[in-house]
Amino acid sequence: MKPAAFDYARPSSLDEACALLAQSEDARIIAGGQTLVPLMAMRLARPKHLIDIARIGDLAFIRKEGEAQGSVVMIGAATRQCVVERDPTVRAELPLLAKVTPFVGHAPTRARGTIGGSLANADPAAEIALVAVTLGATLHWREGTSTAEVPAADFFIGPMTTILPPTACLTAVRFPIWEARIGVGFHEVNARKSDFAFASAAAQVALDENGLCRRIALGIGAVTPVPLRLDAVARSLVGTRAEEGDVRDAVRAALADVEILTDLHASTAYRRRVAVTLAVRALADARAAAQREPHAR
Amino acid sequence: MRVELTVNGAIHAVDVEPRLSLLDCLRDKLLLTGAHAGCEHGVCGACTVLIDGTPVRSCLMFAVQADGYAITTIEGLSPGPGELSLIQDAFCETHGMQCGYCTPAMILTAHALLAGNPTPTRAEIVEAISGNICRCTGYAQIVEAIALAAERMRGLNQPAIAPVSRP
Repeated sequence: MKPAAFDYARPSSLDEACALLAQSEDARIIAGGQTLVPLMAMRLARPKHLIDIARIGDLAFIRKEGEAQGSVVMIGAATRQCVVERDPTVRAELPLLAKVTPFVGHAPTRARGTIGGSLANADPAAEIALVAVTLGATLHWREGTSTAEVPAADFFIGPMTTILPPTACLTAVRFPIWEARIGVGFHEVNARKSDFAFASAAAQVALDENGLCRRIALGIGAVTPVPLRLDAVARSLVGTRAEEGDVRDAVRAALADVEILTDLHASTAYRRRVAVTLAVRALADARAAAQREPHAR
Repeated sequence: MRVELTVNGAIHAVDVEPRLSLLDCLRDKLLLTGAHAGCEHGVCGACTVLIDGTPVRSCLMFAVQADGYAITTIEGLSPGPGELSLIQDAFCETHGMQCGYCTPAMILTAHALLAGNPTPTRAEIVEAISGNICRCTGYAQIVEAIALAAERMRGLNQPAIAPVSRP
């Protein structure tokens, strides 16, 4: 359980980090190291160079941007998960992210682990990736001197696999803020709390003045190679009260033809069945929470 | 690479390979063997140390990353040679251990919890130590130890009650 040898560099700026990435063969970014270091310890990853971005201040921030309509929360890639967990802006504007963060690893790993690290690692069971896909977040990266951004749903392409170029550094993730009267729900099943989920579901609902669903985002994690946003389900339920039976039928139909993961912990049939149940519960929780939110923000 | 680590209030300059974990550096270079090597990939929590007061897995951090932080190991909690901290004492009194392998990490985690929350509920104690695996006790007496330590620390803060002085 000792990593292979590597060179270590700690650049003081993003420019410097990108220059190092561009010129080094087989280099990896390290920030919190909470997923990379275990992979290195097991020698599943053997980078020749580690470029440490954990102390680049420009990559650690949480800020609200934009005007009322279309405002967003930008979170720097090297922002630690424990900071996201306690941040007042995240709690107020991104209640779904605030809700799932306590489920990400354990407190000691959240103390070092970063939001960008979780996204770049792309574990199918990762809660932050699930929220990014469910809410339609956008990921930003730098490669050399050029920048790029891509929707979360296009960023993840398989278990532990993303379209992030090997010489690029994730810089931020942008979450859209929904307007008034929203509620969120999240459920996951695992062997022990905060272990890798066998199935998870996240939902965010906005209600209109009549209590009908004005907007729905629903996603499932850990059951498919990448987090899956159930857009067809959301579309079919907008304008309704999202009654439990309707949600169950819609989610079941949506998952009928989807490739579901299997491993020694949980079979395909189990994951499919549990994902449906968790999606129903998450959406019911979200709707109930939105109903408790009395007025426009 | 040369790195300066601040451990238990003392500064140590050590020469390390970049791949040396903070855990191995503490144990093998600084001879602070209270941080234990369990799984060495971030699962068991036996290697927990405090970084600026927060529990962190020292096996998932390289020594070269740890300069500039205040690192606390179990050796740093004792008030003096041969003495126990209040939390260590509570672990002894309730026998919050069997083999003892996870104990330094449990105590450091409890230390961080009680520093920020003098009145933890049972659920908060369980949540705080959820990242630390113990294969012996079933946790009941560990939770009891932390609750006892919290109670005693609260007592210490009540000026009406004179602290018990030890001979």
